[in-house]
Amino acid sequence: MTAVSYAVRTFGRELRSGEVLVLLAAVALAVAALTAVGFLTDRIGRAVARQANEVLAADLRLRAPTEIPAEWRDAAERFGLQTADTQTFPSVVYAGEENALATIKAVSASYPLRGSVRIADELFGEQRVVDDIPQPGTVWADPALMARLGVAVGDTVSLGETDMRVAAVLTYRPDQSIGFASLAPSVLVNIDDIPATGLINEGSRVGYALLLAGEESSVEDFYADVEDRLPEDVRMRNREDSSEQAANAADRAQRFLSLTAVISLLLSAVAIAMSARRFAHRRMDTVALMKSLGASQRFVISAASVQLVLLGVLGVLLGSAVGYVVEKLLTGMLADMIQGDLPDTGWGPVGLASGAALILLVGFALPSLFQLRNTPPLRVLRHDAMPPPPSRLLVAGISLLAVAALLYRAVPDGRMLLIVLGGMLAVGAALYLTGRGMVALIGSSRSGVGIAWRYGLANVARRGRDSAVQVVAFGLGLTVLLLLSFVRTDLLKSWQQSLDEDAPNHFLINIQPQERASIAGIFQGNDIAAPQFVPMVRARMSSINGESVTERAFPMQEGERMANREANLTWAADLGATNEVVAGEWWPADYNGEPLVSVEEDAAMEMGLELGDRLEFLVAGQDIEATVSSFRKVNWDSFQPNFFMVLSPGALDDYPATHVASLKIEEDQRAVLLQMVRAHPSVSVIDLGAILEQVQSIIAKASLAVQAVFVFTLAAGIAVLFAAVQSTIDERRFESAMLRALGVRRRTVLAGVLTEFAALGFAAGFLAAAGASILAAVIAVQLFELEYSFNPMLWVAGLAGGIILVCGSGYLAARGAINAPPADVLRAA
Amino acid sequence: MTGAGVLCTAAAPRISNKDSIFRMMDQVTSQSNNDAVLIAEQVTKQVSSPEGDLTILADISFRIAAGDSVAIIGESGAGKSTLLALLAGLDLPTRGSIWLDGKRLTDLDEDGRAAVRASSVGFIFQSFHLVPSLNALENVMLPLELAGVANPKTKAHEILREVGLTPRARHYPSQLSGGEKQRVAIARAFATQPAVLFADEPTGNLDSRTGLRVMQLMFDLNKNSSTTLVLVTHDRSLAERCDREMILESGRLVADSKAAA
Repeated sequence: MTAVSYAVRTFGRELRSGEVLVLLAAVALAVAALTAVGFLTDRIGRAVARQANEVLAADLRLRAPTEIPAEWRDAAERFGLQTADTQTFPSVVYAGEENALATIKAVSASYPLRGSVRIADELFGEQRVVDDIPQPGTVWADPALMARLGVAVGDTVSLGETDMRVAAVLTYRPDQSIGFASLAPSVLVNIDDIPATGLINEGSRVGYALLLAGEESSVEDFYADVEDRLPEDVRMRNREDSSEQAANAADRAQRFLSLTAVISLLLSAVAIAMSARRFAHRRMDTVALMKSLGASQRFVISAASVQLVLLGVLGVLLGSAVGYVVEKLLTGMLADMIQGDLPDTGWGPVGLASGAALILLVGFALPSLFQLRNTPPLRVLRHDAMPPPPSRLLVAGISLLAVAALLYRAVPDGRMLLIVLGGMLAVGAALYLTGRGMVALIGSSRSGVGIAWRYGLANVARRGRDSAVQVVAFGLGLTVLLLLSFVRTDLLKSWQQSLDEDAPNHFLINIQPQERASIAGIFQGNDIAAPQFVPMVRARMSSINGESVTERAFPMQEGERMANREANLTWAADLGATNEVVAGEWWPADYNGEPLVSVEEDAAMEMGLELGDRLEFLVAGQDIEATVSSFRKVNWDSFQPNFFMVLSPGALDDYPATHVASLKIEEDQRAVLLQMVRAHPSVSVIDLGAILEQVQSIIAKASLAVQAVFVFTLAAGIAVLFAAVQSTIDERRFESAMLRALGVRRRTVLAGVLTEFAALGFAAGFLAAAGASILAAVIAVQLFELEYSFNPMLWVAGLAGGIILVCGSGYLAARGAINAPPADVLRAA
Repeated sequence: MTGAGVLCTAAAPRISNKDSIFRMMDQVTSQSNNDAVLIAEQVTKQVSSPEGDLTILADISFRIAAGDSVAIIGESGAGKSTLLALLAGLDLPTRGSIWLDGKRLTDLDEDGRAAVRASSVGFIFQSFHLVPSLNALENVMLPLELAGVANPKTKAHEILREVGLTPRARHYPSQLSGGEKQRVAIARAFATQPAVLFADEPTGNLDSRTGLRVMQLMFDLNKNSSTTLVLVTHDRSLAERCDREMILESGRLVADSKAAA
């Protein structure tokens, strides 16, 4: 007989007898939970990425000063990408006697590829979403431009050689806030009307853009394919170099999703580990018997492995079926909440979850199987003969490797991996030591309590190692659940609050120095606090330490792109409230020496800058050199005007500067903008509401995902508790039968069991609360750069949850054992 | 030659008065070495305990001839089960050697000892030890299959019939009474026609009537198959039915009926 045929023959019977049901349930639940989590994080992650892409109105944008060569359009089509064309140029728009400089944005029918345009029928009227572009012969104009020209919807304006009707007020276009380049209010025009205007001639300053969008992978493939082939004058952009805020929010949302995925993975791991241990333990007697009958080590380990594989496959099948149904249900539920049609993820998440569950199963069951191989055949005669415990190094090694491999896939962020895994290990170790300590303490101090208590506490002490392992399992399960509930409530709240209520929603740019007083006056006259004006000089970086930026090798492409595009420089005596120096030193307020520059830390890293490097900028045809004196961390979420490069006071005194300002204007105060624009026609107003809205929508989506994941993780958590209780159920069954045979009442036995679980639950809950609090603080501050506020509820939930959940699942699992007729149990023993 | 060698007289040759004592001794040695299926030579088993090393068996030597039935008796804690475990190769002695069916167990690794058990050993345990996930027939087939015997099913059926359990062949252990379980265990033990059958308190978990019936069955099968039977028990009446009794006290062999004979 082969081990395989033996394993197959006995497997069906073991299934029917319920022997392996706990492990089967743990595997199936892991697959179902991981499928749901994978599906949610994948779907919502993609929705978030698309949301962030809206700032480009596309996933990618190619931009050039001349028409984009057909070659790139063909390439995009080859990769199955959608395309849209835009042409952007400044031009004067006339309306009777009035005229104003405008940014003409000519778009083709498919514009925008991401996000949507909103228009209103009258100035400051109610806006609505349209999926259209202006009909030929009509334009949609920015309210500021209409105010300046004094036109209303239905009036006619002249654009070059043609007259066009203003068909609507353009209140929002997704790509309106890219950088500060668009100085003048914009007019959206049908691209087919442009030739008739005669505005584009040789020498016109036109920005031609090809917008691209499609499947994430196709976009990435296209990017990789053309990146190095693009001619010098064709620039490619993705969202990362478009909006720090949206990219930041999307990045943080992804980290939230990764974290929840990691947490549910860890819970599944603990549940599988606990039930795999029992799986091996239950086999010990049979293995000893088989060996006494002459079976070799190879035979017993092969048979157990085959059964484990059968179990894994069955668990995966069950879990996949549940997971697939869950996925379909979620798709239906989320359809309204996630805008845009996302490609069906099909069996993808199910496959990944199944793989993950199998890896966990093998990782956690292997050490126990190795131990099983060494079961002494002597066990048939002496039941206390145990195999030598598996090498701790082997157990830790294999299981950690399995978890780390999975986490590495789920978490691209090494730091998160380190924090979460390290934190859980530390909590696990603390739990184990406390468990052992508690066992020792209880062992020596249980006299003087009632019989139920004595029985319960004696159990904790007698089961020594098992009790400690149970405390670890309960505790890790609770830690993870507490951590997730912290992420779900406190951390999300902290993120939402980081976009504080008073965050500015408008930028004013292109303010001349002499206009500052008048503009401040206009706002103050309308009960709005005068904004702070920040000077700004446009420049281009020419060299770093004397090496031209066009020739320098940059560590990251982002850095190369940043160094080669136009930069906005500012100067300041004091470090702004939303900035923090992370390396080097900020200059004294009265500094007036050689020019120094403080660089934003990510930009510095991407460009490979070091403190003391000399940066040369070209400003209005003149060179200026500044030495890097510090690196700053910038809170982009503050929506305050912030700069990658801040120079020391006096460095830019001789160069033409304009000012920027930011301020919060309520919906009903928007008329003041009209007043301001009329008084200062050259000042441009940028509505940050769009980006704010996008960021808020990203937060909302991430929250939704975290909430939904919580439900599944809770189920996995309960499975952990159940599996932990199950691991000692056999002994419990025998003991309770024996006690009852000796005349102890059922209620007393039950009270004893509850005492035992309450003690375990208390220890686990206490440590879980401590562990979760510490981990939460580290995660909030280190991973999310959000403020951590101590939450006493975590402790209440930890202790109460520990006792109630552990007692509850303990009762459920042990109920059968306590209620079984003692005779049956004793006879079977 | 050890003293224990002379004890194994069941299969020892008849010795003529004319034969010299030396010739006789040579003959006995060679004959007994040929016929002894189980040999223990100065077997000692110690375990470590908080109070230092604890000697469970001390310097035990004996030979058991093929076809013999031997009872090992003694109080609880005398070392009976430990001795049985060592003889069957389930555990290794601290010192000394054990030969089973011509193979020196103490030289073999665990798999080697398992192979010897598969080919030469049968077991009957006090608590039956049937595989709960296999039915009666499959339990009996198990050692046949492990030993690679042809037509295991037919053979298992045959032997189940011999123990009177044909109607119960498809029943699982949980569906059998104690006596039936032990009969399945006996069928399983005899299935491979092992050289040695070890029985550890085989009637300990049975009422006296069932115990008697099971014992009768065991001795009958033993007789028919000329298997050597080594029985651990503290039931004197059971021990008296064996050809030979060995008494253990505190880990020492204090009496051997063959030696006395």
